[in-house]
Amino acid sequence: MKFIKFLVLGTMFGIVMAKSEAFSWFRIQEMFRFQAFHMYGIIGTAVILGVIGVSLIKKYKIRDFSGNPISFFPKEKSVLRYLIGGTIFGLGWALSGACPGPMVVNIGYGYLSMIVVFVFAIIGTYVYGIIKDKLPH
Amino acid sequence: MLEYISQPWSWWVSGIIISGTMFLLLFFGQSFGFSSNLRTICSAAGGGKFVKFFDFNWRSQIWNLVFLIGAILGGFIAKQFLSTGEPILISEATISDLATLGISAPTSVQPNELFSMEALFSLKGFLILALGGLMVGFGSRYAGGCTSGHAISGLSDLQLPSLIAVIGFFIGGLLMTFVLLPLIL
Repeated sequence: MKFIKFLVLGTMFGIVMAKSEAFSWFRIQEMFRFQAFHMYGIIGTAVILGVIGVSLIKKYKIRDFSGNPISFFPKEKSVLRYLIGGTIFGLGWALSGACPGPMVVNIGYGYLSMIVVFVFAIIGTYVYGIIKDKLPH
Repeated sequence: MLEYISQPWSWWVSGIIISGTMFLLLFFGQSFGFSSNLRTICSAAGGGKFVKFFDFNWRSQIWNLVFLIGAILGGFIAKQFLSTGEPILISEATISDLATLGISAPTSVQPNELFSMEALFSLKGFLILALGGLMVGFGSRYAGGCTSGHAISGLSDLQLPSLIAVIGFFIGGLLMTFVLLPLIL
């Protein structure tokens, strides 16, 4: 039962990805061609509200539902892994038109060929796990 | 009401709901980052026996797998109950740019040239989908997160690594869009 809230949140996320059209290859192409404000508006609104909310959580030391402080962990300092990893991710994002969340939303929407994209994303993660110690981080 | 929410949602409504999702996950003691699920799935499938990176207590991440199942369900609900079936209205400039690549104007959510069953069962079509997925899965773990973990959660916390990752997303995305897609398609 303790997982039901995550099922509800995931469902909400899936519906908003579909209804905002952020799960469409066309919308991602439009974004990377800078031909519409739509995707920038979505991400920009989420980030601006996010920055305000996170700073309020920190300032007022807001706790979560079980009374623990909400904490944020600084990501490890580096440039290479974020730049190279991010670039590879971006190549895949513009080709398949979907990042991991929208992939599964597409599957639910009925685009079964996204199953192939998602399975290969799992394989890609597995390959990273195998060779990670040989990569610059 | 149902008729109203069956229309495409505006960017600001969508942005508010996405940040709301992030804050509710924080309130429930977790954080918003979808691509972690890919690592969790590798681990749950037994990958930890062969690769150290997948040897961790994946059961602590079940909440996120449940979130993933919800996302599939959300896609299903959106299609079955909240959809008008209208094609996606993208800009005319994008439509004409894509036409030069052989992608016709939207008739639904995704281009038939890439996501129809005919495309999937052609060698080129399959390789495009497979390569796209591979790079997303490899790149997101290498960068330590995807759009949700870096562009939403990380930027909300003003983390410099997330900004670098998002810059990377755009370097890769622009390279694919303007240099590689014309060669591939």
